[in-house]
Amino acid sequence: MSVGYLPEGLPIPVPENDNLSKPYWDGLMQERLMVQRCKSCNTWIWGPEWICHACHSFDLEWQEIEGLGQIYSWERPWHPVHSALKGHGPYLIVLVELPHAGNIRMIGNLLGRPEQEVTIGAKVKIAFEHHKDADPPHTLAQWKLI
Amino acid sequence: MVTKGNGMGARSLRGKAVVAGIGETPYYKHGHSPDSEFKLALKAILAAANDAGINPKDIDGFASYSNDRNDPSRLAAALGTRELRFSNMQWGGGGGGGAAAIGNAAAAVATGLADCVVVFRALAQGQFARFGQGQPVKTISGDMAMQAPYGLMSPAQRYAMKCMRFMHDYDVKHEAMRAVSMASYQHAQANQRAVMYGRPLSEDDYDASRWIVEPWRLFDCCQENDGAAAIIILPADRAKDIPHKPSFILGAAGGSDHRCAAPSHNHPNYASANFSSVAPRLYEMAGVTASDVDVLQSYENFTGGVMMSIVEHGFCKPEEVNEFFKPETFYAPNGALPLNTSGGNLAECYMHGLELQIEAVRQLRGTSTSQVKDPDISMVIAGPMVTPVSNCIFGSEATI
Repeated sequence: MSVGYLPEGLPIPVPENDNLSKPYWDGLMQERLMVQRCKSCNTWIWGPEWICHACHSFDLEWQEIEGLGQIYSWERPWHPVHSALKGHGPYLIVLVELPHAGNIRMIGNLLGRPEQEVTIGAKVKIAFEHHKDADPPHTLAQWKLI
Repeated sequence: MVTKGNGMGARSLRGKAVVAGIGETPYYKHGHSPDSEFKLALKAILAAANDAGINPKDIDGFASYSNDRNDPSRLAAALGTRELRFSNMQWGGGGGGGAAAIGNAAAAVATGLADCVVVFRALAQGQFARFGQGQPVKTISGDMAMQAPYGLMSPAQRYAMKCMRFMHDYDVKHEAMRAVSMASYQHAQANQRAVMYGRPLSEDDYDASRWIVEPWRLFDCCQENDGAAAIIILPADRAKDIPHKPSFILGAAGGSDHRCAAPSHNHPNYASANFSSVAPRLYEMAGVTASDVDVLQSYENFTGGVMMSIVEHGFCKPEEVNEFFKPETFYAPNGALPLNTSGGNLAECYMHGLELQIEAVRQLRGTSTSQVKDPDISMVIAGPMVTPVSNCIFGSEATI
């Protein structure tokens, strides 16, 4: 029985061996959404990187932001491309834009009926999906309509 | 109007290299090749050398893309070439390097790095992994960690949201993408090499086909195939020696625009095939505008990528897509923009787009199975939506 929106058995996210994205994944397990921001020029950075693409400062900090956004684009996969998804049926992936954090975008599933109509621009908020019994334990950032 | 290019003089490829030979193996459904991938590569290279009327031992350069597994040093040893002078790989996955490999080969012969370069691509997916399947790994890191746990793994899933946003921005109907599919299948019915020869597609077949990932149905997605293709490039002063009407390289460009690979789908110009900066560079070097193009081969990984490519290359405005994208627009010989005249990736073979380069040359030779009347400008767009992408233009002798 899956605790998540999708069946168990998909690849489990872990930080890189240089730990670049570790604060993000650790934050999700504590129900905190952490993203990077340049301390020199205030540019929001997503996904994680070592350098600010605007001013080339390496002095980036992790900042907690509110998990609120709007749907920028979406897709509905039907054809299973992974053994864990065989027989599961369609599901929804959304690209969420976060206007209060420099319009950075994040990928997640849109919770609710997979057949629902999706509207670009619709407001969404984050839903922390904990996989505490997985090996290793982790949390995914999902999205639901407000 | 075709001009002599951007006046960059020595800093231009225009007219400095010529396609001497083209070669292909038979094309197979994925996993059905009787030959190993390396043997397929050898067969295609020998076929291209034979077509060019050259001794394969005179090949002194190799250019490929998409991390082709067939190493030039091994190829040179197996073929017994006299020496190896140019061993080139265009970085980046997918078919985005197909035209860049032509450009790299042309640059090599134009600058004296090599005298005879073969551009090649070989795929035997029965021997190796398929593209359209997620990999069976337990954990994942980096950019794919932001995607795979949410069920976003295959190329179709990676690019569908770019297309969905474009459709939203410009109110594009599915029928526009259907027209791309219809053109490829129509042209494949005239081409006995095509894997989909004898399997015509109707609009009803398209509409009834299953979703792969919305907004794309089965017939919006390329095949996966086994086979190999090769193209021999020589300096332009050898054009008189080749046993065909020459196809000169008028220009080639590759790359992508600002922060195209920004992680987690943060490319600023997201709803795009990624040619917004690359298309103008190609036209500038070639001295060509969209209205000069007589026939177009545009890489179909997915029909929506073709749609955005055609817009970004200036054949119609984004607001005009629903009107412009009719099957009749794309049918050879009389359509306004004959497209993918061999059947392309959708219906001839997914040879990672190198078969599109070969078809562009056939059009200038007058030997296509869906021939356009006396074309002078034959253009290829490679690998939309990936980064880097690339494109190139071939011209007849009259354009030089």
